[in-house]
Amino acid sequence: MNPFTYSRATAVADAVRDKASHPDSEYLGGGTNLIDLMKENVARPTHLVGLNKLPLADIETLPDGGLRLGALATNADTAWHDEVKSRYPLLNQAILAGASPQLRNAATNGGNLMQRTRCYYFYDLATPCNKREPGSGCSAIGGYNRVCGILGTSESCIATHPSDMCVALAALAPTVRVSGPNGDRTIAFDDFHRLPGNQPEKDNTLEPGELITGLDLPAKGFEKNFSYLKLRDRSSYAFALVSVAAGLELEGNTITDARLALGGVAHKPWRDQEAENMLKGQPATEDTFRRVAAKVVADAKGHGSNDFKIELAKRAIVRALKQAAEGNQHAADVFLNSNP
Amino acid sequence: MSTTNYIGKPTSRVDGPAKVTGTATYAAEYQVANMAYGYVVSSPIAKGKITKIHADEVLALPGVVQVFSHENVPSLAWFDRSYKDLVAPGGSPFRALHDAEIKFSQQPVALIVAENFELARYAASVLRIEYQQEDHETSLETQRAKGYEPGAGKTGFQPPPAPRGNPDKAWEEAPHRMEAEYVHGAQHHNPMELFTTTVEWRGEGKITAYDKTQGVYNVQQYLTKIFGLKKDDCRVVNEYMGGGFGAGLRPQYSAFLAVLAALELKRSVRLTLTREQMFSFGHRPHTLQYLKLAANADGTLAALQHHALHETSQFEDYTENVVNWSGMLYQCENVKLGYQIAKLDMYTPLDMRAPGAASGSIGLEIAMDEMAYAAGLDPLEFRLRNYAERDQNVDKPFSSKKLRDCYHQGAAKFGWDKRTQAPGSMRNGDGKLMGWGVGGGVWDATQQKAAAKASITADGKLTVSTATGENGTGTYTIMSQIAAETLGLPIEAVTFKLGDTDLPESPLQGGSWTAASVGSAVQSTCAALGEKIFKLAQKMDDSPLRDAKFEDVEFASGQLRLRADHSQAVVLRDVLQASGEAKLEADSSVMPNMVKQNGYSLHSHNVVFVEVTVDEDLGTVHVTRVLNAVAAGRILNLKTARSQVLGSVVWGIGMALMEETVMDHKFGRYMNHNFAEYHVPVNADIHDIDVLFVEEEDDIVNPLGVKGIGEVGMLGVAAAVANAVFHATGKRVRDLPVMIDKLL
Amino acid sequence: MPQHPTNSLANAAGVAAPPPTSPVQLTINGQQHTLQIAPWTTLLDALREYLHLTGTKKGCDHGQCGACTVLVDGKRINSCLSLAVMHEGDEITTIEGLGTPENLHPLQQAFVDHDAFQCGYCTPGQICSAQGLINEDRAHTEAEIREHMSGNVCRCGAYVGILNAVKEVVDKK
Repeated sequence: MNPFTYSRATAVADAVRDKASHPDSEYLGGGTNLIDLMKENVARPTHLVGLNKLPLADIETLPDGGLRLGALATNADTAWHDEVKSRYPLLNQAILAGASPQLRNAATNGGNLMQRTRCYYFYDLATPCNKREPGSGCSAIGGYNRVCGILGTSESCIATHPSDMCVALAALAPTVRVSGPNGDRTIAFDDFHRLPGNQPEKDNTLEPGELITGLDLPAKGFEKNFSYLKLRDRSSYAFALVSVAAGLELEGNTITDARLALGGVAHKPWRDQEAENMLKGQPATEDTFRRVAAKVVADAKGHGSNDFKIELAKRAIVRALKQAAEGNQHAADVFLNSNP
Repeated sequence: MSTTNYIGKPTSRVDGPAKVTGTATYAAEYQVANMAYGYVVSSPIAKGKITKIHADEVLALPGVVQVFSHENVPSLAWFDRSYKDLVAPGGSPFRALHDAEIKFSQQPVALIVAENFELARYAASVLRIEYQQEDHETSLETQRAKGYEPGAGKTGFQPPPAPRGNPDKAWEEAPHRMEAEYVHGAQHHNPMELFTTTVEWRGEGKITAYDKTQGVYNVQQYLTKIFGLKKDDCRVVNEYMGGGFGAGLRPQYSAFLAVLAALELKRSVRLTLTREQMFSFGHRPHTLQYLKLAANADGTLAALQHHALHETSQFEDYTENVVNWSGMLYQCENVKLGYQIAKLDMYTPLDMRAPGAASGSIGLEIAMDEMAYAAGLDPLEFRLRNYAERDQNVDKPFSSKKLRDCYHQGAAKFGWDKRTQAPGSMRNGDGKLMGWGVGGGVWDATQQKAAAKASITADGKLTVSTATGENGTGTYTIMSQIAAETLGLPIEAVTFKLGDTDLPESPLQGGSWTAASVGSAVQSTCAALGEKIFKLAQKMDDSPLRDAKFEDVEFASGQLRLRADHSQAVVLRDVLQASGEAKLEADSSVMPNMVKQNGYSLHSHNVVFVEVTVDEDLGTVHVTRVLNAVAAGRILNLKTARSQVLGSVVWGIGMALMEETVMDHKFGRYMNHNFAEYHVPVNADIHDIDVLFVEEEDDIVNPLGVKGIGEVGMLGVAAAVANAVFHATGKRVRDLPVMIDKLL
Repeated sequence: MPQHPTNSLANAAGVAAPPPTSPVQLTINGQQHTLQIAPWTTLLDALREYLHLTGTKKGCDHGQCGACTVLVDGKRINSCLSLAVMHEGDEITTIEGLGTPENLHPLQQAFVDHDAFQCGYCTPGQICSAQGLINEDRAHTEAEIREHMSGNVCRCGAYVGILNAVKEVVDKK
């Protein structure tokens, strides 16, 4: 960890100003990812703008029926918030599927969006990595890439976004509220994270100095028919190999609206709107789900040790859509979908 | 009846209150004055040379005390033998900072010493080191042809016995045959506590090293030889160890580096490795096993061949007994066992819980399952038909062996009779595929030389001590039980001390021999003390024991009394007070009774029954139920022994389903070198585990009749999981761990 | 052959100086402490190396094992992934604040009774985590407790005992 100074911001404008006045500075929320990266010398800020006293921890209902999640509300408080549980149970389940209770108590909603990849090579300074050190090469391509992506990868990078929460968010399609040196703006969630292309060092579309202040969820929460399915190498406290967030609206057995997003497969939470459109108007049958699943992975490309993710993703999509259609899932205090 | 019978009872850990309150002191937690902090810099390359170290840039930082590297390490011991520890394999032990040569990725190449931990960590991150890289070879698969038979060299290693019968011919002629290769990846011990040494500088070249180790004497002899220290000037202490599993059998480079720095700087130093660096000093080797079994029409084994190959470093011949067990677990007249190792550019592997046997039982016990299916037999029935009454490897009877009772009692308790043989034929209540598998193993019951001393004071408090270790096995507790029972004292009156080279010598804590070795020494020492107490008791006024012989008396309930007439007794505390002695002491050293043991094969056994559920679409496996039946002589403490077996099962589940350290051969480097990507089981992975002890009376193994329990419980667990997965799905996974992708 | 033979972050421009220290006030187990530390000191290292409260353990230093779990305003967190300077004004509870060998906390007693540990190194973190679980009041069944105790790795594999110990205390609530 390199030397840095620390200041604690008390207002958003102060935080933005403080950040702008320090080159190589970072915002510090819960710290669960940034401090880890600093210990690994992957992140090397010289100044940290402490956010944890900013008044951004509230969760409140919006006039349009949506829900605003403060950027500094913790993942745990968000998952267990009454409105989240009753109206966005998919988000509740996705958050609780991630990390551990301790990490969810510290990690913030804004920080969850800012998480960086768990690619082995990104974390290990002994190996080249284009995301960490642009132009040095991608070691995961042709290397050990079990955790890496199969969709939207590039020749520069096959890393994945590690979040569970963001997979549910991708399905729910909130807008991301940001404040920056040039004022406030909103970013559609789908536009927030980006694909690696030839700039894998850039995870998202934030402008320099911009701070996430909150997320506005639209009113529609798919609270009746949803599923968050997470597959990983142990039953808990592990990153997803593949995860699926599915939300359906049904009239009888006919799908009238659908959301489908995947985790563990791409540089960003992978929402597939074409697949969603394919589902609309179709009967909620296994046959429909299989066709949609095949479409989602049609362009998927394995890289050796992650080849299996293509088939796994397909099967997981079918299962998640089936669970969503059955509609017997509920928000809970504990994510137990990996039970025997 | 006595109130001081403790042996066999489920006594709660005497060190429990210290551990649950955080007051137990581990190596990094000794507070010493004027301490500097070390931080190790590790090599990013697997092979090559250091060409330049820019230490000056880092030394310019205020607060950085020194940068140690091969460029400035003082002249130390010259010969390889000085670097040999008690369990070093054959070859030349690795010497940290010895020269510019890089022999493995993550090799320690420099030690930063600074005024505080954060500064040392920072300085390590900015120390510029230039390397000249050379081609490395880290793939065992590509080195199959270069495997060779190692010589003896490492303590405890036995080359496979000579072949018996005619295994090739018997295999060809048998009606049922199988052959297959089994593979598992490298695994790392990963005890929770990071390797640490706190070296207290006591002035004038004297040090105390608080070191995470499974053997303080092993570390002491290592350090004294290398640094030319007198034993009295190099005390090594480890009162609590946050898990070992073999990782602490050999002195680690952290100990060497911390002591080097302390002696050079004449200052106390603490060095703690990082979790990443916990992947830099030894592992259970990646092992390839080839098995070839044949069965006769009656379900008896006609032939058995088991060959194993695993890696070692370029500089040492690491060996473990992988295949020998296959010659003794089942009755078979035609057996051939082979064992080879191959050199790679990596660090020497290191004994890891049930070394050899944990690996070998994967091959043997999956192969036995395959053979049973090929012969159309229930896998347990197949084992029963091939029960070994004698150890055919050495042609001796077992001193005791109640494995058959384990089979029967375990099967009954598990409900094995409800199993249907066909793969995919059983489902659980939710309609999920369910499979039941069986496996097991055999492990050495060993006793080593150990010494202890004991003293009792006039207030009736007993202190017993020896330099063994406590790494979670329950040493404090079982030794206190033995001492208390031997002298008839309440356990609260006993203090047991360990982990200090100022105490009598005990063996390394490994091999499941601590209970037998140290326990025998404690018992013998307390008995010797008892004899002294008895003599004093006879001198008391109107002593009811005046005319008794020592064999006629017993220590119980705080008294010394006649066995035949409990009313003829003296209170223990009164004896010392009457004698006027403030304190009474005894010591003793116990060796195994070779004469008694010689005619027998001394082993513990187990069988484990496993239930899994498998999601056939998604490939997820859950181990929902385990029963482990263990025959390991006498059980000293049902509570701590049960915990050891529970832990072994968790290890087996980890080995079966998730544990694997993955090497990227391009870099010659383990890539998942952390707890996020090297998965060990978490609480949610573990469901019902039942432990059954079938006790054996055995006065041949040692006077206490114990065989040790730390390793046997792990045997066959991983194989039983894989066998259960086969039973559930019909998919035979021969490449562990069984992860999702292998079941799609 | 990869040509990436350095793991150093330094460059010819030289090495930045260590950061200055400043006083940081922490409230731990009801006691106020003032530490003179730089911002780069984690809460975990502050507890262990500066305050000698070594009951909180370092098992991985990366939020991957839970051995460093402490309670901040009653909520369990990994102290290794938090800077000490972030916690001015917070109430921090460590294992030392729960009980003593002579006066064990109910969770500590339950851990001893159920032999819910072996080497003891993960144990303070397990117990602080269990207290956090009880404060949260979200996990009650065996499956729920297993899941909500999964942020604490126990390499000795004492999970059966841990489950039983935590369940016993949860049930008594």
